[in-house]
Amino acid sequence: MSDRANGKPETGAFFPRDRNWHAPALTPGYKTSVLRSPQKALLSLDGTISEITGPVFGHSMLGELDNDLIHNFAKPGESAIGERIIVHGRVLDERGRAVPGALLEFWQANAGGRYRHKKESYLAALDPNFGGCGRTITDEEGFYSFRTVKPGPYPWQNGVNDWRPAHIHFSVFGHGFAQRLITQMYFEGDPMIWKCPIVNTIADRRAIEQLIAPLDWANTIPMDARAYKFDIVLRGRRSTMFENRMEGN
Amino acid sequence: MVQALGYLKETASQTAGPYVHIGLTPNFCGIDGVYDADLGTTMLNERTLGERISVSGRVLDGTGTPLRDALVEIWQADAAGLYNSPSEMRGAADPTFSGWGRCPTGADDGVFRFDTIKPGRVPFKDGRPMAPHITFWIVARGINIGLHTRMYFPDEAEANAADPLLLRVEHRHRVATLVATGSAPNYIFDIHLQGEKETVFLDI
Repeated sequence: MSDRANGKPETGAFFPRDRNWHAPALTPGYKTSVLRSPQKALLSLDGTISEITGPVFGHSMLGELDNDLIHNFAKPGESAIGERIIVHGRVLDERGRAVPGALLEFWQANAGGRYRHKKESYLAALDPNFGGCGRTITDEEGFYSFRTVKPGPYPWQNGVNDWRPAHIHFSVFGHGFAQRLITQMYFEGDPMIWKCPIVNTIADRRAIEQLIAPLDWANTIPMDARAYKFDIVLRGRRSTMFENRMEGN
Repeated sequence: MVQALGYLKETASQTAGPYVHIGLTPNFCGIDGVYDADLGTTMLNERTLGERISVSGRVLDGTGTPLRDALVEIWQADAAGLYNSPSEMRGAADPTFSGWGRCPTGADDGVFRFDTIKPGRVPFKDGRPMAPHITFWIVARGINIGLHTRMYFPDEAEANAADPLLLRVEHRHRVATLVATGSAPNYIFDIHLQGEKETVFLDI
């Protein structure tokens, strides 16, 4: 159960981010980071009400096909080409508590490794029935799921011969703006993961392994789609017992 | 041995990449018909209380070149200084004001723009009022973990001088990187990712 589900106010500050666990800003192996990385120290301080709070998104904003990338861009009666998969999992915080009502937005290349974007120049074909975006909101226990096709790997201009392993981008809102997170999910067994300069911006192998979704045979639907399980952990909140009233107010 | 704390590790951030628009503003990049509208394009309506303002700006790299593939989100209090969030315990915020906005930087000029209201003041943890401010979060290709910062207002010199966060900035000339230029109702806030004018980014 989450504090929200228990009806308890969530007003504690978030655990500090472990900056050694995340990638540093400057990672020269990923060339674009060189001119886009802050070089001065971050100003560190405990979260204020401006970061402890965050926007809320209601289930009513979701369309019927928002969590079905196989069909949400396809012509009626048609579907996207590729390996049909279900991606599902749970959004938790660092204390292991469910995060209900978390908006997840995801985007990806098609089965051939091609994105539907005007800046994309890879020669792989577009799929007329695949847009590449979807979204969902976690339920009261933090669970989510969506349908898609497995994205293909693709080459990119970084080193002479760099390729991205198959991946799905995730954007996540928790309950506080300080929890805002964008990450990428990879697929179990892909040897390209360990060759990728973007994956390798992360120094700690355990942090990379946390981004790799295992094949979830138990949840695979016979004659339909295989399942991959991807849990996401957001920053935890301190217990509010000593800080639920601001002094001087 | 002692008991295990049992905490989980936060999922590591990865760059939003060059195609962040597909996921977060699909209509902006020509993927029509999946969502009615891109999230975060409208923050208010005609009933929203408060002084109408616009905030526009660019995100600049270490050479001074504007990023044309960045995405900026903002989060702010309403005109009375209340957040539209379940974690806001001081009262009910204006229900017509979301407090949250999202805007990609322009594909040609690299400019983002938010039409919003001027936020009221909210308290620091010790009760001191913070100066009116807007929280910013910036992601883009080449940014490995989203960057948090704040925009303060150039016409709030007295409040800014007493702001608990701004007072924490050791090198005083860098405070200016957190204060918009322009004047009411059109403010300008350029974000410098690195270099002499590097914006103060927050680990908060």
